[in-house]
Amino acid sequence: MVETRPQSTDQDISEALAERVCRATAEGSPLRIAGGDTKAFYGRPVDGETLSTREHRGITYYDPVELIVSVRSGTPLAELEATLADNGQMLGCEPPHFGADATVGGMVATGLSGPRRPWAGSVRDFVLGTRVITHEGHQQRFGGEVMKNVAGYDLSRLMVGAQGTLGLVTEVSLKVLPRPGASHSLRLEMPLADAQARLAEWGRQPLPITAAAWHAGALHLRLEGGPSSVAATRERLGGDDLDAAFWTALREQTLDFFSRDDTRALWRLSLPHNTPSLALAGVEEADLLHDWAGTQRWLRSDLDADTLREACARAGGHATCLGTREGPGQADPFMPLEPVVAKYHRNLKAQLDPKGIFNPGRLYAEL
Amino acid sequence: MNILHDERLDGELPDIDKADVLADLQQAAPGLTLLHREEDLRPFECDGLSAYRVLPMLVALPETLEQVETLMKRCRALGVPVVTRGAGTGLSGGALPLEKGVLLVMSRFNRILDVDPDARIARLQPGVRNLAISEAAAPYGLYYAPDPSSQIACSIGGNVAENAGGVHCLKYGLTVHNVMKVEVITIEGERMTLGSEALDAPGLDLLALFTGSEGMLGVVTEITVKLLPKPETAKVLMASFDDVEKAGRAVGDIIAAGIIPGGLEMMDKLAIRAAEDFVKAGYPVEAEAILLCELDGVEADVDDDCATVRSVLEKAGATGIQQARDDAERATFWAGRKNAFPAVGRMSPDYYCMDGTIPRRELPRVLKGIADFSEEYGLRVANVFHAGDGNMHPLILFDANRPGELEQAEELGGKILELCVEVGGSITGEHGVGREKINQMCAQFNPGELATFHAVKAAFDPDRLLNPGKNIPTLARCAEFGAMHVHNNELPHPELPRF
Repeated sequence: MVETRPQSTDQDISEALAERVCRATAEGSPLRIAGGDTKAFYGRPVDGETLSTREHRGITYYDPVELIVSVRSGTPLAELEATLADNGQMLGCEPPHFGADATVGGMVATGLSGPRRPWAGSVRDFVLGTRVITHEGHQQRFGGEVMKNVAGYDLSRLMVGAQGTLGLVTEVSLKVLPRPGASHSLRLEMPLADAQARLAEWGRQPLPITAAAWHAGALHLRLEGGPSSVAATRERLGGDDLDAAFWTALREQTLDFFSRDDTRALWRLSLPHNTPSLALAGVEEADLLHDWAGTQRWLRSDLDADTLREACARAGGHATCLGTREGPGQADPFMPLEPVVAKYHRNLKAQLDPKGIFNPGRLYAEL
Repeated sequence: MNILHDERLDGELPDIDKADVLADLQQAAPGLTLLHREEDLRPFECDGLSAYRVLPMLVALPETLEQVETLMKRCRALGVPVVTRGAGTGLSGGALPLEKGVLLVMSRFNRILDVDPDARIARLQPGVRNLAISEAAAPYGLYYAPDPSSQIACSIGGNVAENAGGVHCLKYGLTVHNVMKVEVITIEGERMTLGSEALDAPGLDLLALFTGSEGMLGVVTEITVKLLPKPETAKVLMASFDDVEKAGRAVGDIIAAGIIPGGLEMMDKLAIRAAEDFVKAGYPVEAEAILLCELDGVEADVDDDCATVRSVLEKAGATGIQQARDDAERATFWAGRKNAFPAVGRMSPDYYCMDGTIPRRELPRVLKGIADFSEEYGLRVANVFHAGDGNMHPLILFDANRPGELEQAEELGGKILELCVEVGGSITGEHGVGREKINQMCAQFNPGELATFHAVKAAFDPDRLLNPGKNIPTLARCAEFGAMHVHNNELPHPELPRF
């Protein structure tokens, strides 16, 4: 295990958090769990007293040789990433921050991943274990600091994207990856249809692609891997050099496409690989940005939710509304669940949070 | 022998007349194949953990989803437990039947429904064999990554139930990382879809929860998996060491060099000799340990990585390093490893395979502990190790015909697993808890954590009809058999239900 530059701010306040949860359960008074509050817009607003995890911070275990790090949920994401970078490693899911205060807990709660996701995996794919405070205020541990663990149900991965509705995540163990030996980004001018065809073809080949986004007449690619393969692929594909800052701007939604001056809602369309362009009335090519090789499409549109969601569902996907990315949340950001699936969501919530104190309504009104 | 369902500790099962259940099911699902005569039930009395056998009350072999739905609805109405089984290759007794339960065998759902090379997915019925997926994808230059050693026989439905692994997990992940969507039939006979052909789905990640849930939450009836492009090339290095610890350290050194091998396996002397006798893989039989390191990817990178790994291994004190000259030799190197279990089986009338995982840095301590236990019990242990991801498979050699030796082997195995937990690891990396490791669960989880697992179960199967007695021990069982700490003869958390 390496020295992880303990920060003066490191501290374990899990006892205090557990007591607060106990009180909430006893009083039946809901909690709004928050870290840096940078992703509050991603979900429904929660009516409850704010419980901040920000003071529960610090890396508790990091061994680069084991490829595993354990970190308290209030730790700033930037601090974790800096420590990993010092050791030539990174978070494979490339999570968006949406602000300097973003925390590890927020990454886990929202489960949002960056441009590398289709090739490396999502946040949940890198979660190995969690420490959770239950509705009764018990501190429990699931999974752990090992790569493989199939003992019991996989509650750790269940917490990812659950937005704090099932319990308070206080610590998470993550698999980390070595940073690639070489990286090169490039820009190829081509129409959307050509980009789609080429991405389908390249997807069947072992190419060192780790990001692919099409917008405004150009395909943007990132090549990463060993120096030899990156150089060879660069030669083969040609195109213009692209500043790697493009990927950060895409991930953090600071590209012009995401401009706040555009008053139309921002939608996230999640679609299967190789889905053709959806025929959506009034939507122009410029209203769309195709990330994740076309499996994550950002859309600026005032189309009604039902129309959009039906089109996505027909293609085997779903649509999420991020609205203006301001304020405490949207009315109904997430696509409604099928009735049977919704029933088991309610059952699970009733079992793990019977008093409904953990972020009630954050995902769906009835959860 | 505590492995068989004990109603006092594992929960009561209903006393229902077999003839009544048979008549009910025959009437409700006229076309459903139901086996009920002892000689027909006999082939289903065990899974891959063959030391334990129980005749199920009935075996159902459905061919349609409607039959599965009807079966679930009737079993729920009658209160009859249902144990789901795939190919029956599991090593933890997860598909061990109940004499008061129906064994639901999914083997007739054996069709590959679709391979879509552009979307890089395959849609499968649960009885499709693991290897058959990669065979079907091969014409498109694609494959399915998880490759448990039993891949020629094990089925994808069982892989999902156990979250199966294989030798390529460190780089390519477990089943949970490679399954996109499952269709499920619940105990109430409802159909639901978890996951999506897109890269995510709305709501809670129930797909992750179901993967590895050992048939306790629902019956998986269809699986959509992700296919990957075949690496352009794969090369294997075999390094010998005169000391097991040196080999263990070399593993860390390879990772520290920034390389994630496609496969990184270790075998100790006893396993090397067994494999060499059986397969003639060209293993150095005098070595204390060997490492097999497979590097895959784009040709140019793989060549660079081979050079780096070679130099790391030399520095780590390898006494010999061999690179497979071609694909045939590479296959031979792997054949020794993939046949390690049957090879060890030839050395001893019986063997018992463990599946603990540990942080890799603890390897020397754990190997020393295993050697000490081996001496204490007078039973030989061969070590086969997914070194890259810390998953150990100690194989305990014993002779079941010698009175007491099975029990000795089980006790030794239990000690190994408890040692794995003690150093921060887990009792099972890929084989599952099933019935086999039910008592060791009490060492890994405290009563509150077990109660949370029971709460999850209750959300999907409140009457505990799906595979009861597996995976999650009751608190009563832990109090009696497990390592649960009991103060002053009082159970911890007396307020918790003891089902």
